[in-house]
This record gives sequence, C-alpha cells and structure tokens, in this order.
Amino acid sequence: MNSFEYVRATTIPEAVNAASAQGAMYLGGGTNLLDLMKGGITRPTRIVDITHLPGLDRIEWLPDGGVRIGALVRNADLAHDAKFARQFPAVAEALLAGASAQLRNAATVGGNLLQRTRCPYFYDVASACNKRDPGAGCDAHGGDTRLHAVLGWSQSCIATNPSDFCVPLAALDAMVEIEGSAPRTIPLEEFHCLPGDTPDRESVLKLGELIVAIHLPSAASRFAAHARYLKIRERTSYAFAVVSAAAALRIESGTITEARIALGGVAAKPWRARAAEKTLAGARPDGAAFRAAGEAALADAQPSGENGFKIELARRIVIRALKLAAAGTPERIPALPASPFAAAAGVLLHA
Amino acid sequence: MSNSISLTVNGVARKIALDDPRITLLDLLRERLDLPGTKKGCDRGQCGACTILVDGKRINSCLALALSYDGADILTIEGLADGDNLHPVQAAFIAHDALQCGFCTPGQIMSAVGLIMEGQAGDDAERVREAMSGNICRCGAYAGITEAVLEAQTEIVARDRRQAA
Repeated sequence: MNSFEYVRATTIPEAVNAASAQGAMYLGGGTNLLDLMKGGITRPTRIVDITHLPGLDRIEWLPDGGVRIGALVRNADLAHDAKFARQFPAVAEALLAGASAQLRNAATVGGNLLQRTRCPYFYDVASACNKRDPGAGCDAHGGDTRLHAVLGWSQSCIATNPSDFCVPLAALDAMVEIEGSAPRTIPLEEFHCLPGDTPDRESVLKLGELIVAIHLPSAASRFAAHARYLKIRERTSYAFAVVSAAAALRIESGTITEARIALGGVAAKPWRARAAEKTLAGARPDGAAFRAAGEAALADAQPSGENGFKIELARRIVIRALKLAAAGTPERIPALPASPFAAAAGVLLHA
Repeated sequence: MSNSISLTVNGVARKIALDDPRITLLDLLRERLDLPGTKKGCDRGQCGACTILVDGKRINSCLALALSYDGADILTIEGLADGDNLHPVQAAFIAHDALQCGFCTPGQIMSAVGLIMEGQAGDDAERVREAMSGNICRCGAYAGITEAVLEAQTEIVARDRRQAA
C-alpha cells in the first residue's frame, strides 16, 4: 500500500474542502477501499476519514412517510432496523444477501454506492484495464466473463457493478443526497455511469462531492406486501451476483397496478427494466405475464464474451423474482436471503 | 508523521502513538500490542481469521484502518475468557471438536460471539451457517462449528435468563 496523508474531518464543509484536492479519497467503512489500496489498484495520496462526522449515522423517517438513510449507516444496521425492513423488505433482503456479517457491520450505505467492480482484470494490476489505466485496453475481452456485462457495455469496458443494495434501490426510485460546492439530490438511477469511452468515470460525482444520504420515497413502501430480491451466485452465501433481480408489485383485486423491476450483475449500473414494468401494468400476476416481462427486460441484451447464458439466466431470474413477489413478502427474511435454494423458515437444506 | 489514538483493548484503556497511517487494527494488535491471537489469513477481508469485536460488533480487523477507530472498544480472543473460565463459545468449540489445525479458530469464535450477540440466528442451524459464512475453515470443521455455535447460543440464553431472574 502506498502511504498517504490522513485527515479526519469533523464537519461536512471541512471534509469536502479536504477531498477537493486531486488524489484525495473519502474513507467510510473501508471494506472495499483498503482492499483496493492493498492491491495497489487504488493509490490515494490523501485519505479523508468521514466516519467521525456527526449525524450521518441516522435513519430518519420523514413526515411524508419517506426515509432518509444517513450515508454512514452500516449495512447490517439498516437491514436489521425492524421498521425499515417492514417498509422496504426487498432492500433489507438485498443487504443481507451481500458480503459477510463482518463486512456488513463495517460497510456503510454511502460506500456501497461507490464500491468498485469485482472484474478480476481490474483487480489484477498485471492485466490491461481501461478503468484502472485509461487507454491501456481491456483484458476481460476474450477472458473469463461469467461476472461481466450483457447490457450497456462498450468495447472499452465490460465490467459490472457488484452492488446488491443498489438493485432494489433503483427499482424503488431511491434518491442520492450529495454535498459539495453545489448540494444536490439526484435519482440513484442517474448516479452510476455506463462505460462508453470513459469507464474510469463510474459515477456523476464531481471532485470533492460527498454522498450524505440516500432517500426512499414513501411511494416505495406501497410495494411492501409483494417485494423480493433474488440472487444467483457461485455459492449460496458470501459471493457476488452472477445475475440478480429485484421485483416489486402492487396487486389490487387480482390485477397488477404497478410493477418495479431492476437487475444486478448484468451492467455497469443497477439496471432498471422499465419496459418490462410497463408490460405488467394492468396484467394478471401469472406465468404468461411474467414471461413477457422477462423477455422485455432482456430485449436489448448482448453477450460481451462467453456469457450469453446470463441473458437466459437473467430472464428466468426476473420471472422467478416476480413469482416470489406475487406470492407475497415472507414474514421474516429467509434463512438464506435472496437464495433460489431458500426454503420455508427452519427447514434444513444442508444438514 | 505521528498520530495518537485512544483504544480500550480487552478492558484496558490504552493511548497508542501511530507512526504510519497505513496500520490496520489487525497489524496494531499483532505487531504493536503483543496480541497475536487474532490471525492474519488473507489480509483482504475474505477469510474472517482476523475477526474481532469493535463496540460489540464483529468486523474484519484487516480492513480497518487503526486511525479511523479512535475511541473504539475492542475485544479479541485474548480478552474473551474470564481468567481460567472459558467463554461458553470457547468451551463449546472444545466439546464439539470444532477445529482441526486451529488457525481460523480465534476468528470463528469471535464471529460466533458476535453472531450470538446479534440475536438473529436463534437455534436455526441454517441461519447459523449463513451468518458464519464470513469465516473460512480450510480443514472443513464446519459441522462441529455449527454444533458448537448452537450449543453456546443455548447456554448463553439460559445463563442470561438465570442472571435476569
């Protein structure tokens, strides 16, 4: 790890000021940043520690029924907040489907939005990577592409965003509150960038800008009775998604009045499937409707290597997530969160 | 550069000068505070051998910058037993033969202590396995580990009930 200057910020303006220098990076939970620094992938010259900033570790319920989640709230604390999990069950399930208990206790929700891809060619400093070293080329092309994109990728980069949390957030119209020279609040859907010719630019954050909170609107809690997250990974726990999906439905008198669908593990950003959502409005929640939604969600997909299987896999995951959502949110998050192997609570699968 | 932080480590308040900002809690414990019970496995947050409790919560100490944890209350495997009386999780690991080489064991035990304090898994073996997935055991002692965690959980719930009565 290269050495760096350590700055502990005590106020938001102080943090923004310190991080507005080239080479500066914010430190939250550190679970991704320290890993990247140990591997020499990220080499900040200044670390601005924001973990001691007051007030950013709170979950605040707003008068209109929405919620403001401070950027320093730990993933585990949000997932286990009873009221939050009841109102936004797919978000809680996605959080618990990510990483390990130790990492969830340290990782912050703000940092989750800024975690880097797990593309192995990005992580291996001996490989060419346009994201790590603009203009160097991309060794992922023609390489092992199980974890790579089938939507929104470019010749310069086929990496995926690894977040679980961001998938239901995108589906539920979450907003990102940003401090900086001009404070602003933007939709999460517009926060991450597709690679194009500049895969090193992963979000719309400008130099020095700081995520201070994530908002979920009160309308997002109307899906609470029919909201699930489903994640396919190489092992049942503690692995990144090959493909995942968040599905949320509002069902009235046997008809879907509104549907929300987003995909993970398929693109450089959480992928909101708006065309698929439209096919479901006014439909009955049955297999035919869900198959049509699965087709619509992946209509634009293209393999970026030997990963064409992910397109059919993603269709099936959308269909299955919709079926699970239609069946109803379980009373308690299953023992194996978001797993296709999850059974009824208490049933032993691997004993 | 020199920075100073205050930590409570296994119940003892300490003032620690750090001459390098890169020091993790793991390296601080092992190399500077003479507490090598916390193990360095992968050093990248993948294996869980370095698990400690910070303010009652289990984390990977290899991914924790020491400077950032100024003021924290830290519990390591060295601070778990009460003198010669083993912690119920330690006793259960012995009773259930929940280790072979022992390298991952301090991390497994600290993770299990954190898991039981979280109170999410209860007596559901599937939830215990899921909640322990951040601790890798290369010898494959998982069956014994699961049994030990379940027994310790039962013992601790019973003990807390006795103390409350």
